[in-house]
Order: sequence, then C-alpha cells, then structure tokens
Amino acid sequence: LLSSSNLVFGFMPVGLAYHALYSITAALFWGIVIKFAWPDDLEEWAEG
Amino acid sequence: MATVWVIVCYLGALLAFALGSKALFRGTSNDYFVASRSIGPFMLLMSVFGTTMTAFALVGSTGKAFERGVGTYGLMASSSGLIHAACFFLIGVKIWSIGKRHGFVTQIQFFRARFGSNGLGYLLFPIFVLLVIPYLLIGVIGAGKTLQPATAGAFPELFQSDNPILNGGVPPWLTGLVICGVVLAYIFAGGSRAAAWANTFQTLVFMGMGLVAFVLIYNVLGQAGSPTNVAARVTEQGEVVQEYAFDKASGKLAKAEKPKVVGKLKHPEEVEQWAGKQPHLTRDEVEITYKAKNPKTKKVVDKTRDVGVPWLMFLSYMFIPLSVGMFPHLFQHWLTAKSAKAFKLTLIAHPLCIMIVWVPCVLIGIWASGLLPWGMPPAAILSNVLKTLIGNPILTGMLTAGILAAIMSSLDSQFLCLGTIFTNDVVLHDSKKEYTDKQILFMARSFVVGIVAVTYVLALLLQNQNVFDLAVWCFSGFAALTPLVIAALYWRRATAAGAFASVIAVVVTWFTFFAMSGFGGEITVMGGIMPAAICWIAGALAMVVVSLATTPPPKETVDKFFV
Repeated sequence: LLSSSNLVFGFMPVGLAYHALYSITAALFWGIVIKFAWPDDLEEWAEG
Repeated sequence: MATVWVIVCYLGALLAFALGSKALFRGTSNDYFVASRSIGPFMLLMSVFGTTMTAFALVGSTGKAFERGVGTYGLMASSSGLIHAACFFLIGVKIWSIGKRHGFVTQIQFFRARFGSNGLGYLLFPIFVLLVIPYLLIGVIGAGKTLQPATAGAFPELFQSDNPILNGGVPPWLTGLVICGVVLAYIFAGGSRAAAWANTFQTLVFMGMGLVAFVLIYNVLGQAGSPTNVAARVTEQGEVVQEYAFDKASGKLAKAEKPKVVGKLKHPEEVEQWAGKQPHLTRDEVEITYKAKNPKTKKVVDKTRDVGVPWLMFLSYMFIPLSVGMFPHLFQHWLTAKSAKAFKLTLIAHPLCIMIVWVPCVLIGIWASGLLPWGMPPAAILSNVLKTLIGNPILTGMLTAGILAAIMSSLDSQFLCLGTIFTNDVVLHDSKKEYTDKQILFMARSFVVGIVAVTYVLALLLQNQNVFDLAVWCFSGFAALTPLVIAALYWRRATAAGAFASVIAVVVTWFTFFAMSGFGGEITVMGGIMPAAICWIAGALAMVVVSLATTPPPKETVDKFFV
C-alpha cells in the first residue's frame, strides 16, 4: 500500500519518456504484488 | 475504393473469427452471459484491454495531445496503468471469486445480495443504462464520422454530399447499420465467448495499426532531423509558428523559407519564458490565441487554447481511471475468467499495452501541432496526418479498420451487458414464473437485438449532436460510484442505507456539475479540480457517515461475501 523540452532517443520529450518508464514501473510493481501478495485462498473459496 | 475493400476484408475476418467461437458455445445461458467462466489469461487480457480502450485510445489521444501536448500521456495513460490494474486486483479478482461462488452474472445481483436490498438494484439499474447509452452512441456515431471522410470519392454517384471532403464517402447511416449488424451477428450467436474472441482479434488489430501509423509518420517526419523538430514553436516576437512544410507531390519535408504563423501568446509578457520553445513538449501551461472557422457561421473567429496541463487538473484526473471499477461491461468480462490466476497477465500487461497504444499516438498529436491548421477538430487529427503525409488508400483503410476495431471492441461488450442486465435484473428478478434455460437464452438475445436497434435509431437522430463531449461524464459517473463497490468488498460495516446515500450523493453532485458544464464538455471547478474527484469524495463520505449511523448488516449476510 511519483518543464524540460530535452529529447530522449532523439525524438521523445523527456516528460513522455519519464511517464513511459512509469508505465513499465507500474507493470513491475504489479508483478511483484502478484509474486508476494496474491490471494491464493480466493480460488478455493470461490469453489465453495 | 481500395480503402473500402480493406475495411470490408477486416469486417469479414472479424465475423469469421468471432463466429468461430460458436463451435465452443455450450447452448446455456451461463455460457451466453459469462462464457461458463472459462476464459484464459490471454483472452481475458485482450477482452479487458480492448473493452477499456475505446476509439479515444487512437483518435482522442492524438487529438488531445494536439491540443494540450505531452501532458496528455501522464494525464490519461500512465495514471490508468497504475489505477486500472489496482481496480483489476482489488475489485476484479474479488468480484470474480464472489461471482463464481454465488453464481452472479451482473453487478446488480451482487449489490442486491451484499446489501440485502432489492431497492438498490432499482436505483442502480437506470443509472447504469443512462451512463452506458451515451457511450454506445459515441461508438456508433464516431464510426460514421470516421468512415465517411476516409472513403470519400469511393461512390461519387451513389453517396453525394455538398461537402467535397465527404462526397462519395460511405454515409453515417450505412456505417452505423453495418457496424451494429456485424456486432449483433456475433453477440447474438455466441454471447460473452464471441465477444472475448472478437475482442482478441480487434485489440491486436488496433494495437498493430497504431504502431504502423506511427512508423510511417516517423519515417516521413524524420526528414526534419528529428520528427519532434516539426512541433509548433514560439518565436521571439511571441508568435506560434509552423517551421516545416510538407510537399505532397515530392514527399519532401523541408524547413519553410517563411514560417507559417498559426497563433500568438495570449499574454505577451510571457515571451521571454517561451521564446524558441515548443510548448507541446512540456506540461507547463501557456495560453495561445489562434484563428479558426466557426463550423456553423463559417466566420473566422479568435479562439484561445490552453497548451499544457494545470497541476490540479493533473492531480484530480487520477480519479477518472477508477471508472473501470464500476463499468458493468467490464464487470461481466471479469466474471468470464477461468480462475483468479487468469487475472495475473492482465495486471502486468495492461499498463504496458496502454503504453504501446498511447505513446505513439501522443507523439503523433504533438508533431501534428506543426503541420495541421490549429482550428481542426481534435477527432480529425490522426486521419488528417495520415492523409497529408501518407495518402495511400490501402494504409488509410488499414488505419480506419484499426479505429473501427477500437470502437467495436467496446460496443459488443456494452450491448451484451445491457442485454444481460435487462434479462437478469429486471425480468428474471421480478418474475414469479420459472423460465427454462432455453427461454432465458431467447430473452437475452431478444434484449440484445432491441438494444442494438434502439442504439442505431438514437445514433441516426443524434448524429449531428456533439455526443463526444459526454464521454468524460460517463467516465466520471462510473468513477464516482466506486466507493460503493470498495465498501461492499472491504468494509463489513457498510449498510444498505449507506449504499443508497452514496449513490444518491453521487447522482446529485454529478448532475449539478453536468448542468454547470451546459450538459456536456469538460469543465474543472474550484480552481482546476475535475468534478469526478468531488463526486467520488461525496459518495465515499455519504457511504461512511450513513453506514456508521445505521444498524450494521446481519452477520450471516456479510459472512457470505468475506473469505
């Protein structure tokens, strides 16, 4: 329970590159959540 | 004509693919509504992502970036990557387990059982229908407005128009009829499973076409050294200029001898801050005045555009992606999952899929600021960039197919969910008669046919109205209702009275802001806050205060919904 017009890779505004990296970070975060906090008991409970 | 053939081939392939799922159809109402809860990880990802991303993902994102610049991605896409996945994890997985345990196929069934209140279902039913219908109309009308200019010249004798840009193009009434007919054909036949198959195909098509458009445009604009050099720039005199000109005949992009002035800073004292800069590349706000033709009076008028994104708007926009927690059509997709584990791929891949679709489109929108007239409607930017820079009818057909795929991958789920709600939450819930499974299936299909017909007629009647401004209000309404589902899933003390109070608080605040906006269009209040944020807080407060002030729900009722 995160003003410059510099370019990354020669074409991507740095703000956009930052947020594209942010999207990848979000995916990694959910990957870690799945690994360590997945509610395994739900599957069995759903078959109740 | 080649454009039309590409689109016909796409629609034919879609029908063949979707109807292919008929071989797996088990002939039961449970299979029709929730695919017998048998959809695996990849199809779940494709159907959830395809349903979440409307045509706005391709067309709207480009238009919004053309208007506001790079901040569009942070405003709408990267926040969605985090918040959508949170909704899938915290709401979707739990709803799937409760739905499977109790056999629910609609949201209203869950809320009625969780709060022990029939009345709550009657309150929610019209709200869901009224919030989904504009969404359907946006899809059908949007398809018509996309296809007509894209196919202009294909049928000059058959479909004549006074507007040379539209003359000979497939008219909106025919596009709407074909789109509704194709979606109806596979939803009628295979229900939820057909929608999942169709969405898988459509999602791959619109993701692919977005990338193809990006690569083609990148290659043309790369003649400027970097495509981003093409974006509009502010001069030392405070004028906003387009420095490059594209010669369609030779396919050459070159620096113009005399940059074309498209606007000027509204506040000349800001020249020092902005001189030499490209306002679309940052999130900082700047007001720019430009000239545009009024579509009704045909007179040229001065307009002002806010390039950049105000901080409060950026912050409060985080509430909008919460809408996926309450979309009834997404709710139904969650229930189709084979297991809770099927959600894992969706959680990780959804933010990445958003990035794959949105980054190219936002860049195209930024680049377009240096190429196209500033008065052009935002929804027309993507197709006009392609028409200006590429102009190949086959590629135009492919991109148009991509836009139709994005539209139809949401339409099918919405048609099906309304049919499911009418069948289960109105007829079956209120009927004392016992229906056979075959009768339930017939009833559901009849409702789907009726909803498609009503949508088509409404789209014909409203095709010249600006229904696109309603999109943000549909999202805001669903987003503001999420305290209801969060409390239902995570707060044992939440009561039926609290649920009623929450929904009523949302309806009252939402309608107040909707009226303030002139019944459509994006507004911010209290210095830049999105109305959805205030509606959400009102709904959450009402839920907490009224629940605490009323008798707790019976333990045996609550125990049914908590592991």
